[in-house]
Amino acid sequence: MTELGILHFLIVSAALFTIGVVGIFVNRKNVIVILMALELILLSVNINLVAFSVFTGTIQGQIFAMLVLTVAAAEAAVGLAILVVYFRNRRDISVENVDLMKG
Amino acid sequence: MALIAFILIGAVVVLSAMLVIVARNPVHSVLWLILAFFSSAGLMVLIGAEFLAMLLIVVYVGAVAVLFLFVVMMLDVDFVELKQGSLGYWPFALLIGVILVAELALVGAASGSLTFDTFDPSPGAETNTEAIGAVMYTQYLLLFQLAGVILLVAMIGAIVLTLRHRPNVKRQSVSAQTGRRRADATELKDPAPGQGI
Repeated sequence: MTELGILHFLIVSAALFTIGVVGIFVNRKNVIVILMALELILLSVNINLVAFSVFTGTIQGQIFAMLVLTVAAAEAAVGLAILVVYFRNRRDISVENVDLMKG
Repeated sequence: MALIAFILIGAVVVLSAMLVIVARNPVHSVLWLILAFFSSAGLMVLIGAEFLAMLLIVVYVGAVAVLFLFVVMMLDVDFVELKQGSLGYWPFALLIGVILVAELALVGAASGSLTFDTFDPSPGAETNTEAIGAVMYTQYLLLFQLAGVILLVAMIGAIVLTLRHRPNVKRQSVSAQTGRRRADATELKDPAPGQGI
């Protein structure tokens, strides 16, 4: 434990992941913060991928982390677009009443 | 030395992530998110994954976080009202968190001592960026292109979702403009003198 090892990265990543999941449950009313918590979860996944890639001496994990980054950016763009449309329709971004949008 | 830096930066990552989910004002949440991204990039620099670290800053801070800021500031939401009653969600959320931590700790304990003796951020190349490029444009070319398609689909999706057709808006119709002939617009008259048209 005196030297920087993969376990340290796994601990930070696990903490980030847990914080992200808890954030989704805590901010049940605010979709924007839920999307931010999702970004935190994806960030923890990225840290894991990069750490394993470096500590095992293979480059594939970093390529995969890049693809996760792409999907995260795409998800943020589409999610926020849906949020903007939802706000236009309801003047409100509470998730609890989303089922009112049912046709 | 690297361990001390890791502990400092890692603490910043975890603290700012916590502040993201508990901040009252979503604008503050976004700013804490930016700090979390920056310090995670620092973590990646620590083990030599420089390209991913810079990509994290460019994509997350430069694009995603700014997008979040835009939307937070654009939407006229009463955030104080949104926060009300969210205290009641904490017990359940903490329960989920404790369960998750216990599970992750179990997995960590079961996997034994994770030690690799092959530390190498750029296998088979001089620099990290070179190593990524050598693999990405050959072995993973298809995935790379697919990532581009994903971004294109997301872009079109976001535009289609937020596009709105307002009535009573005069728009330019290029085909109507260029398809117009002189006969449609002008009329040749031959008025007799002293009478007018």
